[in-house]
Amino acid sequence: MNDKKVIWKRKPLIKNRLLRIGLILLISTYLLSVFLTTEIDWQRILEGIPRGKNFIFAFFPPDFITRSDEILAGIFESLWMTIVATIVGILISIPVSLGAAKNIAPKFVYFLSRGVITLSRSFQEVILAIFFVKLMGFGPFAGMVTLSLSTIGFFAKLLSEDIEDINKSQAEAIKSTGSSWFQWVNYGVQPQVMPRFIGLSLYRLDINFRESAVIGIVGGGGIGSTLNTAFDRYEFETAAAVLIVIISIVMIVEYTSSHLRKLIK
Amino acid sequence: MPIIKQKDYKTWKKFDRKRDLQNWLCWFLGTLIFSFCFGLISSKTIWFYVFDSHNEALDLLGRMFPPETNYFLTLIKPIWDTLNIATIGTTIGTLIAIPLAFLSANNTTPSKKFLRPLALFCIVSSRSINSVIWALLLVAVVGPGVLAGIIAIGLRSIGFCGKLLYEAIEEIDENQIEAIEATGANKAQIMTFGIVPQILPAFTSISIYRWDINIREATVVGLVGAGGIGIELDAQIGGLAWAKVSVILLAIVVAVVFSEWITAKIRRFIL
Amino acid sequence: MLKTINLKKVYPNGEEALKGINLEIPNGQVVTLIGPSGAGKSTFIRTINRLVEPTSGKVYFANEKNDITSLNKSKLRKIRRQIGMIFQEFALVERLSVMENVLSGRLGYVGFWNSFFRKFPQKDIEEAFRLLQRIGLEHMLDKRADELSGGQRQRVGIARALIQNPMLLLVDEPTASLDPKNSRQIMRLICELCKERNLAAIINIHDVFLAQNFAERIIGLKAGEIVYDGKPSGLSETILTKIYGEEDWSKTVAN
Repeated sequence: MNDKKVIWKRKPLIKNRLLRIGLILLISTYLLSVFLTTEIDWQRILEGIPRGKNFIFAFFPPDFITRSDEILAGIFESLWMTIVATIVGILISIPVSLGAAKNIAPKFVYFLSRGVITLSRSFQEVILAIFFVKLMGFGPFAGMVTLSLSTIGFFAKLLSEDIEDINKSQAEAIKSTGSSWFQWVNYGVQPQVMPRFIGLSLYRLDINFRESAVIGIVGGGGIGSTLNTAFDRYEFETAAAVLIVIISIVMIVEYTSSHLRKLIK
Repeated sequence: MPIIKQKDYKTWKKFDRKRDLQNWLCWFLGTLIFSFCFGLISSKTIWFYVFDSHNEALDLLGRMFPPETNYFLTLIKPIWDTLNIATIGTTIGTLIAIPLAFLSANNTTPSKKFLRPLALFCIVSSRSINSVIWALLLVAVVGPGVLAGIIAIGLRSIGFCGKLLYEAIEEIDENQIEAIEATGANKAQIMTFGIVPQILPAFTSISIYRWDINIREATVVGLVGAGGIGIELDAQIGGLAWAKVSVILLAIVVAVVFSEWITAKIRRFIL
Repeated sequence: MLKTINLKKVYPNGEEALKGINLEIPNGQVVTLIGPSGAGKSTFIRTINRLVEPTSGKVYFANEKNDITSLNKSKLRKIRRQIGMIFQEFALVERLSVMENVLSGRLGYVGFWNSFFRKFPQKDIEEAFRLLQRIGLEHMLDKRADELSGGQRQRVGIARALIQNPMLLLVDEPTASLDPKNSRQIMRLICELCKERNLAAIINIHDVFLAQNFAERIIGLKAGEIVYDGKPSGLSETILTKIYGEEDWSKTVAN
């Protein structure tokens, strides 16, 4: 009689034993090297702890009043920038996304549009902002151009993917009636991508507002510069006030957008 | 019904009178708001600069090329720092996002009235504030350096991953959970056998996605002093050393392409 | 009405979908096209209005001077207006209303901006009302197309094709997604409408029984070639075997 026990063990995530050990070694080496090569000024951190405490206490209560005109001006500027940049960016994205859809565009137009999209996505908004400020001067216009460009990269890419996914026979039927290209887009393509279009627009509005807060730091207008100054002066109460306003606006935008999306569905 | 009876014949319009008016009003309002905002922006713009910008651009491009290639060696340490900021920051962020997500999802939260709104608030706050702003804050508190960058990226990632994660948790298949509950499992076992396997694919793809985004963010947190290649960028732009700036930009493009390539490979490997 | 001469279609991968189709259809004749999957039925239908570009051959429409294969884009659009097409999966634009779907048949006759703002001429709207009444769906004209059942959707597809006031109807497997009762109703409707308007039609259909009962002429296609062209009564078991292959055809052939 065989006395062997039957054992069952759960399959390990990575089958190859060597690969598993290799991976663990790799990760540990990496973490060690990071620890060794990263300079951490522990002295400075210890000094920073009371400052950190001050910052947290600055929220109770935050100071909306001392710099209220700066805060209001900054927030409104951010809002104007966001609205215009989102609209301009979306308008330009429409032809770009049509051009970047494999099922619609001829090869030359496709590669051109894809190039435009990749270019606008390569750099973070802040870097783009620095350059546009250099080219066009300080202020919200440069910020608006920056946000429009990054909107195009985001919007056109995602919309073109949705266009590539449309139901072909619906579009084919419209073509068979003898419609022109524009009519075909309006009746065959547009109704199918409309839900995604609206969802993406609202999402991008939210993102653009948050980004507008940042590009002010490099001169692109908006609440970012107010915030930067507050931190530079160690005026934490004001900074806390600005942060609370930003968070509230983002929450409002999110709430309205989810409401709007339910209405449209 | 958008059928309009006129005198002796019926006609059809897509929207009835009321909807038509509403549509028209919305478009009118929208155009008004757009013009108003654009006007405000325009009032603060020096249009001469805008129209001259193409000349500026050509001038700038001239100064940026040819790039100063031997400067690249000095960039290796900052690039390494940038990668670490992104990686460690993402790891910390996703780890903290996990319990927050469970507290925020309405099907797994232990307390709907208190802990859930608190967790949701944490997620929204962390989401509303960009990495660069977190970096500003942290540089003021812990001082300039890589640590500020890591924490900033981590804090932003908490919000991003937390939101997507709790949405994924709310969408799990309740039938599978019911089945495990029926065997008499306790809460921890339901978690391990019922919930975790369902959200593991979402969790992995969310983390990878955020890591990719964080590489881009990590390149700029240095602009406010939080370590990485951004510090060099800030210095060289400040010193108007444009030939060096173009090297930095090229390095950034390489880093972004690298991260996109790796994430594509990992996605194919896992999914 | 329609005359194809040596119509061929070869796909880039070398697959010969159509090996030279010669077909002539006089005015007002309803023809059904039968054959196994992959025989080229759908391809043939689509090469007529160039939704699929034929590799070689000629397609004469209405008279010997009008060769569809040699037309430029704008002339092709004008010809497409006169050819109505009905699709297998109904191919209605799902998020648009029934009325918009029917009116979209007139897109070739209406300018872009008018169609964008949905401003169709009054006579088109009256024709739409008339067609909707004829197919029994006038009370549903504002419903979104995806709220309709399969049979209802196919009827809207028929209305869309007919509002073009076409000279030729191309029908691609109209009953493939329908239950038996709806299938018969749809075939009956199509054939009645063709008779009322003296409309020529090519109907792709995989159900041999329906093909025999509703058409005056049957064409059998196999591997891109015509292997039968004649009356429905001429479809013997031998012919069916030639077209489809070995099978017990005794139950299919109508008496």
